[in-house]
Amino acid sequence: MLGDGYLEQLKREGRIVVVGASLAGLRAAETLRSEGFAGSLTIIGDEPHEPYDRPPLSKQVLLGRAGADRTALPRLRSVDATWRLGVPATGLDRAARRVRLADGDEVPYDRLLIATGVRARPWPRAAEAELDGVFVLRTRDDSAALARRLDAGPQRVLVIGAGFTGSEIASACRERGLPVTVAERGAAPLVGALGGVVGAVAAELQRQHGVDLRCGVMVTALEGDTSGRVRVAHLSDGSTVEADVVIVSLGAIRNTEWLSGSGLGAGPRGIACDAGCRAFDIRGIVTDDIYAAGDVARSPHALFSYQFLSLEHWGNAVSQARIAAHNMLSESTDRLPHMEVPAFWSAQFGVNIKSVGVPSLGTEILISQGSLQDQRFVGVYGYQGRVIGAVAFDQAKWLPFYQELIETTASFPPPFDTVDRRPDGQRPIDADFPDPSVPTHGPTVTLSGYSPADRRMTFTPAH
Amino acid sequence: MTPSLLHQVLDYANRADPYPIYEELRKTPIHHEADGPYVISTYYEIRSLLHDPRISSDARNLSSTTHDPLAEGAQGEGALPPSFLRLDPPEHDRLRRMTNRPFGPPHSPRRVDGMRQELHGIVSGLIDDIGDPGRIDLVDQFSYPFPVTVICRLLGVPREDEARFHTWADTIAAGLDPDPDADPAERGKVSQEARMQLGMYLAGLVEERRKNPGEDMLSELATATGEDGAMTTMELLSTAALLLIAGHETTVNLVTNGMLTLLRNPDVLERLRADPRLAVPIVEELLRFEPPVQLVPQRTTLTDIEVRGVTIPKGASLWLVLASGNRDPQRFEDPDRFDPDRRDIQHLGLGSGIHSCFGAPLARLEAQFALSELARRLENPRLLEDPPPYRQNAVLRGPRHLSIACDGIRP
Ligand SMILES: Cc1cc2nc3c(=O)[nH]c(=O)nc-3n(C[C@H](O)[C@H](O)[C@H](O)COP(=O)(O)OP(=O)(O)OC[C@H]3O[C@@H](n4cnc5c(N)ncnc54)[C@H](O)[C@@H]3O)c2cc1C
Repeated sequence: MLGDGYLEQLKREGRIVVVGASLAGLRAAETLRSEGFAGSLTIIGDEPHEPYDRPPLSKQVLLGRAGADRTALPRLRSVDATWRLGVPATGLDRAARRVRLADGDEVPYDRLLIATGVRARPWPRAAEAELDGVFVLRTRDDSAALARRLDAGPQRVLVIGAGFTGSEIASACRERGLPVTVAERGAAPLVGALGGVVGAVAAELQRQHGVDLRCGVMVTALEGDTSGRVRVAHLSDGSTVEADVVIVSLGAIRNTEWLSGSGLGAGPRGIACDAGCRAFDIRGIVTDDIYAAGDVARSPHALFSYQFLSLEHWGNAVSQARIAAHNMLSESTDRLPHMEVPAFWSAQFGVNIKSVGVPSLGTEILISQGSLQDQRFVGVYGYQGRVIGAVAFDQAKWLPFYQELIETTASFPPPFDTVDRRPDGQRPIDADFPDPSVPTHGPTVTLSGYSPADRRMTFTPAH
Repeated sequence: MTPSLLHQVLDYANRADPYPIYEELRKTPIHHEADGPYVISTYYEIRSLLHDPRISSDARNLSSTTHDPLAEGAQGEGALPPSFLRLDPPEHDRLRRMTNRPFGPPHSPRRVDGMRQELHGIVSGLIDDIGDPGRIDLVDQFSYPFPVTVICRLLGVPREDEARFHTWADTIAAGLDPDPDADPAERGKVSQEARMQLGMYLAGLVEERRKNPGEDMLSELATATGEDGAMTTMELLSTAALLLIAGHETTVNLVTNGMLTLLRNPDVLERLRADPRLAVPIVEELLRFEPPVQLVPQRTTLTDIEVRGVTIPKGASLWLVLASGNRDPQRFEDPDRFDPDRRDIQHLGLGSGIHSCFGAPLARLEAQFALSELARRLENPRLLEDPPPYRQNAVLRGPRHLSIACDGIRP
């Protein structure tokens, strides 16, 4: 069946289904068309909206500079697809090659791309999560609702979790002049992603901008008034915070539940796939017709010892989508691996933060340019004597250089002089990452491969 | 003996078409002659050096045996301090950031866009005044006065003073030309003298603006109070001089090279006439195909660095030949073809990294307006002389005059 001509036929009259109508889904669809796919294309999305962009949701939208309904992703070309929006996929029958939908429909495919991303981790106690004034931020609707509430001028905003999203929300609130408390279980904001050395700078930034930042504490309960509006939060140190808006920013959960029972290697850590975005089944055998891309995917990366990486990065979603789409239509010899160096950016408290590589893999950091005190610097992360990541605060234009160091597995600490090298940037120091077994708000990069020391796996031979 | 490649790059005889020499250069991507500079001519190498923090723009880091014609005399008494173009972080970042406050986002997101109306007015006025359509010198009548008027308005420099600063600007721009046969000390002195004169002229304006601030950039720079505080007067003068000169010495070439290229590619000119929106990709392709700044001769190494197997020693002078990188066949398909339909066009025409062209958004807009209006209004335009006579400068390369004729000027 995979003989000569199959691909030609697939391109001409095949059926491709994309589940997840967001960044990765759209860019994959565009790539399919520009690589000559002329068959039928169906895009399934549980949100009612056409694909939109998420980064502005915690930045421009909260600041009131752009409406949440003005974040539609630019179309790079026409995709000529059948859109099934507002209906979730609920199941996958791999034998029959069909995707089941919540409305009872089934959509057959010859090739399937899964791009269902992640969703916000909700507040664990359902009753408290339902209080009026408690928000999460992942979708356009979340952002519109939150922006409206901020417009109304709340007395105090409480952000639970100081990861990138939580910090951006706090920043937007301060820019609007709203009183903000941030509660973070870790020792500082952004520690999960960037470590304690850089986290201390983030903490300083927040405080300078008037955030009431509380680290090393957990919110233990939310309490409402008689009309069901959130009123106060109780913290693990015994203190309370009165707030009428609470944003729960505790990281994300991968949208893979709908795949349970399908036999696909999908679970809470995402969908395991090979470097070419082909999904594995639960037996570790690669499928040839199912692909995964974006936040939901986890795949081995050659630059990081073939560890499985799950990345919640905009650029990663785009590039995996393109690779997956290309590979779907290619002979095995023409397939491309996804080898891009991870990159991520954020904007908060007037600072442009950008990282390349996987800082959270690093154990040491060297401030190679600028200074932590000035809050303008480049930090290079080292892991076992090589450069593994870099972060820049307001110095992003240098990062292509550090990316090259990562790509060429350059040695750490970098031995050379640079412009703006300060005395305290002569020696590496401990990057101060928290113990990975202690959960934080959730970093945007997760190493999701099983290490040999990982004893949680149980091996149960089928026969 | 055939002259060295470096001499050929600088030789005026090759000014009209330096591209074959660049092709020759690319055969040795890191080209080095005797005690001359290391000349880098390939796209990927140039791009990575522009982002390399081991490379300095500060002439004080050149080793004493390497002379930099562009830095000579910079240390003289009472001289203007180096502009941010010739500084490294953190001074570079601070001055560029402060200069950017009244110019671009986040603090002034509408400055450039807000000039659209004005740019259109200036362009229309200049075309209206062309006179005899049978004999037009596009440089004198259009591509020089246009950006000068724009930068004067932007900065708040009286247009009437143009005659005064024109000569200084010319001398300073000529000083950027690394002519190997000129006596560097002598040239440095002349160009530093001109910078000082220009600085003194600007000092008068700044004083006036401090008392009587307007909406212009000079006023805002002179009265700024941001997180970085205020510039010292010397920093301010040096910055203003940089903006004034860079603000027109480059755009004049972009517009003239642009019209020359369009007249050599009449089909593209015709398409632009029919659809002014094509000006956007045309200007991008021009920045690749005929960049107004051909090379950056002002970099040095802070440490020994290895590029493509060649060790460049600490303190060496580097020349990054942007115009050659832009025509590197390793990077661009069919690079010698002018093709506004190119999709993948990450050219080096405006540099890259922390020193990437400060005025880029304005320069792009100026060139787009200029070319689309010329295309729309000149009836059946043609070149009277091809190639036209060029300016001496190998760095800021462009025609000194561009003689064209047309059948008439459309309203
Ligand atoms: C507020 C915010 C700010 C961000 N800022 C940045 C930033 O500054 N820089 C950066 O690099 N990244 C940022 N990101 C991350 C970036 O937006 C994501 O990496 C990117 O959106 C991932 O795209 P995706 O298509 O893989 O997944 P998603 O965008 O999550 O899309 C998945 C889609 O699939 C849908 N779906 C889920 N399950 C089903 C189902 N069963 N059936 C049908 N549809 C389903 C989901 O509803 C969703 O619409 C930000 C994210 C958020 C939320």
